[in-house]
Amino acid sequence: MSDGNQGGKLKVVGQRPIRPDGVDKVTGRAQFGADFHLPGMLAGRIKRSPHAHARIVKIDASAAASLPGVKAIVTSVDFDRGASGEVEAGEGHTAIREVAENCLASGKVLYVGHAVAAVAATHPEIAAEAIDLIEVTYEALPHVIDVEEAMAPGAPLLHADLFTKGVNPKPDKPSNIALKSVMGRGDVPGAFKSADVIVEGRYTTAAVHQGYIEPHACVASWGADGQSTVWCSSQGQFLVRALVAKILGMPLSDLKVIPAEIGGGFGGKTTVYLEPVALALSRKCGRPVKLVMSREEVFLASGPTSGSVMDVKIAATKDGKITGAEMMLAYQAGAFPGSPVHLGCMTAFACYDVENLALVGYDVVSNRPKVAAYRAPGAPMAAFAVESAIDELARKLGMDPIDLRLKNAVRDGAKTVYGATVKSAAFVETLEMVKASAHYKTPLAKGQARGVAAGFWFNIGGESSAAVHVDEDGGVTVVSSNPDIGGSRASMAMMAAETLGLPIERVRCIIGDTASIGYSGSTGGSRVTFATGMAVVQAAEKVVADLKRRAAETWGCDLAMVEWADGVAKCADPSKDAKPLSMKAIASRSAKTGGPIAAEVSINAQGAAAGYGVHLCDLEIDPETGRSTVIRYTAAQDVGRAIHPAYVEGQLQGGAAQGIGWALNEEYVYGKSGQLENASFLDYRMPVASDLPMIDTILVEARPNPRHPYGAKGVGEVPIVPPLAAVANAVSHIVGERMTSLPLSPAKVLAAMAKR
Amino acid sequence: MSRTVVKATVNGEPVEFLGGGGQSLLDALRDELRLTGSKEGCGTGDCGACSVIVDGRLVCACLMLAPEAEGKRIETIEGLADGSNLHPLQHQFLEHAALQCGFCTPGLLMASKALLDRNPDPTETEVRYWLAGNMCRCTGYDKIVRAVMDAAADLRQEKPR
Amino acid sequence: MARLTTISGRVGDFTGGLTHFDVEARSVRALVRELEQRFPGLGEFVEEQMAIAIDGEIFQDALTAEFGADSEIVLIPRISGG
Repeated sequence: MSDGNQGGKLKVVGQRPIRPDGVDKVTGRAQFGADFHLPGMLAGRIKRSPHAHARIVKIDASAAASLPGVKAIVTSVDFDRGASGEVEAGEGHTAIREVAENCLASGKVLYVGHAVAAVAATHPEIAAEAIDLIEVTYEALPHVIDVEEAMAPGAPLLHADLFTKGVNPKPDKPSNIALKSVMGRGDVPGAFKSADVIVEGRYTTAAVHQGYIEPHACVASWGADGQSTVWCSSQGQFLVRALVAKILGMPLSDLKVIPAEIGGGFGGKTTVYLEPVALALSRKCGRPVKLVMSREEVFLASGPTSGSVMDVKIAATKDGKITGAEMMLAYQAGAFPGSPVHLGCMTAFACYDVENLALVGYDVVSNRPKVAAYRAPGAPMAAFAVESAIDELARKLGMDPIDLRLKNAVRDGAKTVYGATVKSAAFVETLEMVKASAHYKTPLAKGQARGVAAGFWFNIGGESSAAVHVDEDGGVTVVSSNPDIGGSRASMAMMAAETLGLPIERVRCIIGDTASIGYSGSTGGSRVTFATGMAVVQAAEKVVADLKRRAAETWGCDLAMVEWADGVAKCADPSKDAKPLSMKAIASRSAKTGGPIAAEVSINAQGAAAGYGVHLCDLEIDPETGRSTVIRYTAAQDVGRAIHPAYVEGQLQGGAAQGIGWALNEEYVYGKSGQLENASFLDYRMPVASDLPMIDTILVEARPNPRHPYGAKGVGEVPIVPPLAAVANAVSHIVGERMTSLPLSPAKVLAAMAKR
Repeated sequence: MSRTVVKATVNGEPVEFLGGGGQSLLDALRDELRLTGSKEGCGTGDCGACSVIVDGRLVCACLMLAPEAEGKRIETIEGLADGSNLHPLQHQFLEHAALQCGFCTPGLLMASKALLDRNPDPTETEVRYWLAGNMCRCTGYDKIVRAVMDAAADLRQEKPR
Repeated sequence: MARLTTISGRVGDFTGGLTHFDVEARSVRALVRELEQRFPGLGEFVEEQMAIAIDGEIFQDALTAEFGADSEIVLIPRISGG
């Protein structure tokens, strides 16, 4: 009954209603991870490594154990040592053994802040005192922080059993390179031989943190019969259940995970750090345990995303057709394998139709915290290099940067290097709308420059569940299976209201716990509005079918004669004297027509459509301090159809702001001993309100996704892809040389300007 | 851990709690009084998620020791609405979709209230600089700034009545 | 016979470096079986850790998906996200 192309008829989709959970969030009632309190609850603390790399010789917790008020102490021996297998997590498959090892180290600590033990006590101050009393004897080992140093022969090895995958023949020596990822097509040397113009450069980015304002937090309660509950803020209650149950060796059905409100995640909450530790503590003492990270712990031991080193080289004709490109990408994985370098390779040239491509990626471990997914994992760094190089090409050719991109933009039918064929793409339309925008036509003042950059993200579907329950008075409750990280309750309720023909105020939405709704993948990959939304619509369609059946039986007419519109059943059979039946009328008599009206749908959604973004950044630089100020910014994006446009705009604005921070300020800074030197919001400088202008948005709805009932494409990740280069291109134009190393901190910019 | 009884007024009501040691006002609000609307994002006064108003001044509750609240008048997010009537700031944050995850929202609302209490007609720049102590990672601040400006206009219209 | 390629170096770990070859299978389920038979471990690896592009459309966990004799099959790393 619904397809992706019904824009004109929509009544709820495309409106801007107030989100169902809004009042709770503006009155302080919404319960986030750290807001739960249970009777008898204990406070937990974690003991962390002061070394970047060391062997754990001995852990002596006897003094801590005898401190009054200490109820439980755990180390890695309290985990299921046989835990194995993999689960689908933020950036792909994650080995459970490594997640466990990251939550509590066994043989070695691999970065400063790596957890080694935990305590639960009757008061946070006692827990803190107990942590100090735990004596860990370490044998310090040489460490390596930098990605290129980690790749060099003779570098200190993190894992003796790590042999580079993707290399043939198999290497006979272990290495810090976990994976070599090679992809490409065509005749790249040929393309460079016949090129009119070649641009090339080496680009680097620093490790940056997702920077969610809510630190990781959970409460865990072990039941005497093993049935346990975890309350936590995460991007996926089912993912948390799988990881915790496997790490602690318990059946999934014995663990209920109740999703708290989540105070930002951006990919960083698609794994666990505290939950298995808290439940292990609770198992030891039989009391509920709360664990909350400090901000310093968040920086030291969660997130971030990879810093990177990339070499890019592009061949083009003199009229601006890109004929070939080659690129090397080396991404930091942190202490365990699993950087998103393969996604960097796949996305690097995904905006452009390039015949000859050669990409090679290296996933490199070093003595840093294990990276976690961060919004379009792997793509922003690759786009920084490629979009900077394309800007360079535009300068060399004397071409308008948007025209150059239009000349090479993917159109439907183009083949991507990773195997997909471009479909329902509105990249060309997005470029054209930016070119036609007031922003692009506004001349720059003296001392200002404008950067242009594009970006791509796949967006995904996958497993999702949803239920629609009709109340006896004709109202509706939607149960979503995904934590609401940015307003998805609103979009779920809207899609249900649209399908049912109800006003939005008659539809409410809650998030189910792992025991109350079918399985769902995490809130990530820009999949919730697409995949879980599809499940919601299908459940609502089932409810409509049921309502029509009941109406037909009430009237004694043929089911085919029943029409459902605006929340009312009407009989099209003129021979029947049938008064229209409202939702309320049918619902109030549900007991007599077959019982409660409800439907639950679980699907594996296929047909997700990729998204494309184009950003404009106007910027000026204070020549005395080197500080860059963004003075005007526009983010345009191919969004399919915006279900709730205000929250879609919010995704574009938020992604742009994070990308601006990545470009200008944010970085992990390490000292000689492998110590992170800026583990606080004061020294890790994220954008604040006074750093940014208004961020204009252009929602391009030229090509709704035909595979979604209301045309939705994922929107959350694309907007962090273009800003790095949009900002850097503007800075480069002012400085007068290509700025290739992020962040473009005032000191770096000043040094570059001084050279000119 | 010597503790003393602290008497203060929170959202117009007299309260008593045990405070001491290294306990912050934020800890006291959240753990003793169970007013968990004020959030801890950093514990170092950098993120503003714990913003409350103490005797008319905007403070980070994580930077004030709990016993320092003795005799003080404290306003938190739980007291911003007048019963079931939302404050214009709350209303405009909802209208503008000025929150995504909502974690920084209580602090931003209290900081915005402190601004409008002293400056009923701020410029965009004034709003941005006043709110520079309140981090939001989701929104890019655009909708927040607009919501505060519109709430200021709403309040100016209400005043003469 | 359907033509199979891959962009993942991991596949080469199982095939001895072979990244382009023809397959008899006409469904993802049959493909997984065939790969496991020809290159022990690869079928399971593909089923658990890879996505499959069939004539340009990406499928994940879609054992029932079918394809034709002249289809192009590309084994790709699974795509997830933040």
